[in-house]
Amino acid sequence: MTLKHKDLQQIAAAEEQRQQGFQHRIHVCQAAGCLSCGSREVQESLEQVVADRELEQEVQVKGVGCLGLCSAGPLVAVASADRLYQGCAPTDAGSIVDGLTSTAKTDADGAGTLPFFSKQHKIVLENCGSIDPERIEEYIAAEGYAALYTVLREMTPAEVIEEITRAGLRGRGGAGYPTGLKWSTVAKALRQTRYVICNADEGDPGAFMDRSVLESDPHRVLEGIAIAAYALGAAQGFIYVRAEYPLAVKRLRKAIAQAERLGILGKNICNSGFSFDLQLRLGAGAFVCGEETALIASIEGLPGKPRPRPPYPAESGLKGCPTLINNVETFANIAPIIRRGSDWFAAIGTEKSKGTKVFALAGRVCRTGLIEVPMGTSLTEIVFEIGGGIPDQGRFKAVQTGGPSGGCIPEQYLHMGVDYESLAQVGSIMGSGGMIVMDQSSCMVDVARFFMEFCMSESCGKCVPCRVGTTQLHALLSKITQGRATPGDLATMEELCDLVKNTSLCGLGQTAANPVLSTLRYFRDEYRAHIDNQRCPAHHCSMATTRERP
Amino acid sequence: MNHSPASRNSQENTPPPRILTLQIDGQDLSGRADETILEIARQNKIHIPTLCRLDGLSGHGGCRLCLVEISGQNRPVPACLTYPQEGMVISTASQRLQDYRRKILELLFSERNHVCAVCVSNGHCELQELAVELGLSHVRYEYLHPRLEVDGSHARFIRDPNRCVLCLRCVRVCAEVEGAHTWDVMGRGISSRVITDLNQAWGSSQSCTACGKCVQVCPTGALSEKGTSVAEMIKHRHFLPQLLAMRTNRRE
Ligand SMILES: Cc1cc2nc3c(=O)[nH]c(=O)nc-3n(C[C@H](O)[C@H](O)[C@H](O)COP(=O)(O)O)c2cc1C
Ligand code: FES
Repeated sequence: MTLKHKDLQQIAAAEEQRQQGFQHRIHVCQAAGCLSCGSREVQESLEQVVADRELEQEVQVKGVGCLGLCSAGPLVAVASADRLYQGCAPTDAGSIVDGLTSTAKTDADGAGTLPFFSKQHKIVLENCGSIDPERIEEYIAAEGYAALYTVLREMTPAEVIEEITRAGLRGRGGAGYPTGLKWSTVAKALRQTRYVICNADEGDPGAFMDRSVLESDPHRVLEGIAIAAYALGAAQGFIYVRAEYPLAVKRLRKAIAQAERLGILGKNICNSGFSFDLQLRLGAGAFVCGEETALIASIEGLPGKPRPRPPYPAESGLKGCPTLINNVETFANIAPIIRRGSDWFAAIGTEKSKGTKVFALAGRVCRTGLIEVPMGTSLTEIVFEIGGGIPDQGRFKAVQTGGPSGGCIPEQYLHMGVDYESLAQVGSIMGSGGMIVMDQSSCMVDVARFFMEFCMSESCGKCVPCRVGTTQLHALLSKITQGRATPGDLATMEELCDLVKNTSLCGLGQTAANPVLSTLRYFRDEYRAHIDNQRCPAHHCSMATTRERP
Repeated sequence: MNHSPASRNSQENTPPPRILTLQIDGQDLSGRADETILEIARQNKIHIPTLCRLDGLSGHGGCRLCLVEISGQNRPVPACLTYPQEGMVISTASQRLQDYRRKILELLFSERNHVCAVCVSNGHCELQELAVELGLSHVRYEYLHPRLEVDGSHARFIRDPNRCVLCLRCVRVCAEVEGAHTWDVMGRGISSRVITDLNQAWGSSQSCTACGKCVQVCPTGALSEKGTSVAEMIKHRHFLPQLLAMRTNRRE
């Protein structure tokens, strides 16, 4: 079938009418965080109560994607009354439904004014928590696929690339490479067979931004990928998603099937002559498969091991063809940029980093969860206003960004606005958006050891500096935390960091030393205390048992 | 997997490779755009240490000993897999590179048991030669040396994984030249192990043709012929280029 603009509008109008038919709308989070603490039972219980009271005509109960405040789940939002119930149990269903008609104030009132929500600026997450991710109609009613339609009917591929370039969007997968530039490189390639790949491998410990987007608003990602495919002239695309994200996989499958049924994916999309086939590929969850050349090898059926670049995938990627590879969040920004224009997007953020960034806020902070803030928002705002500060009268010590490739940022930089440049300046990276807050109980040597253990076990083993270097770094860090290290070990370790950083084959090894280097930069005293006095200032490492060598 | 220039040229109708001028260690040289920096250096008698590289096999890029510096780029690149560009200025023997190479070798020696005195390849070992060349005298790290079982199940060959440096020459020669695909890698990172078939004993391998190519290309004593004792395993280093040249001639 060929979809016309009229059809899209009709679907949107019908959906809006359906929504407005309800007096009250109750949203129950059905993303992985809340599901894991029983939100499905909460939704069933709410449906049961509504049915028992014969309120189905007035009250809508629907499952939605991530509401953000994951630490307080299961979350139930009364969308028609700006109310958010936290930590719900199935037995709360009755009182929630009672509350719909009562005017009495409850604890749950005024969710929108909580700093956790009011400080955020949602572009990527604009539909998360408000639409049912399993119904394409709701996405369409929220202006979904309007950008794709515009692009196909009114814009040339060059104009699309121009618009993305002008917006100043940079890759959200870690390195912040300008997206428009990447697209234009692939578009310029000589070979006509081109591919688009969405990197949904998200492997950083503690990161769940991409998973939440896929679980909460999968169509937004499909739309971004399809727009990219049109701009590059690609007829086929792949979403590489880890099998450990079963819910994301299920929702993506459903979304692709729905889009194909409406003719939004597949042959002759919207009668424009453009055809695009999009498929899922499941990864087995190796961190290194998020690296683009390893990811491509994995899609080709080869072991997921990186190869040296150049040639970059833009020149020679999947099956030797020019290939665009972007992150989930990068693609999720595309449709809004087309819909609202590059000027709108470029006005948000800082001079060199435009738009917003989604972070997975975790660790020793009162409110953990998924947040989206404009680039340039200060760490103070993120940790103390949105996150609500450190619990149990704890004292802030550092915030870790960029996961195993990133670094720890100490208190003196709290005022700093977060963007690609500022983070690099203080020895960390933006990475994919993990943000772990630490208080005085964290031992920085042990933090470095934790990330090194991760890199060691996730190294593919192909090149010597990463395979053996991370193992030896881990051994040295363990020696320090066990109080067995000598001052000479510290010097050896710093030398080894330089070696691993400069001689490893891929980004995994090249950045594996960052957590060590940044903690050495700001918390050298702690290393010295472990080595010189066999003492852990954070009282975290226990030295007594391991004083003599086993 | 194969990103060799040959496969790139076979795509669509690319014109013949360009001839470029570049500078290596202060010498002005010319080279073809489809030759690696390593090949161009060798043609001009400039020595760059290598371990995983073997003429006649696809590039691997794992040992990192062939790293060279390109002016304007901070991170060194592997000469065995990097192609030149017009006007490139390359340095192959700076102090920094020599330090890096020695330290990489040091890591290799800390990984598995490379006690030369009891090795069949003593005196004929590429790893040992590299240690001498790069001036590696001691290892500062804890020895990891896992105790790995020696596989003596094959009628003619022995595999001692304790000597393996994971250069994967055996894997490549078996797949690319013999076509048997007997060898593969299991696990990842520091637990990577070279295995035969699906980690079966070599002797029970259904795919192995007992051609012995893997043994000849192995740079250390990890693969050897049965019946050799300490220092007796001398490998035919020139057999692979000779074999490949013969095959090409026959085809022409
Ligand atoms: C070890 C390693 C792991 C990576 N993991 C991911 C990942 O999980 N998701 C991702 O989008 N990019 C990951 N990347 C970055 C990708 O290689 C690639 O740069 C990115 O997908 C490009 O998309 P972008 O331009 O939209 O950021 C990883 C890189 C390295 C070196
Ligand atoms: S010879 Fe180039 S990486 Fe091993």
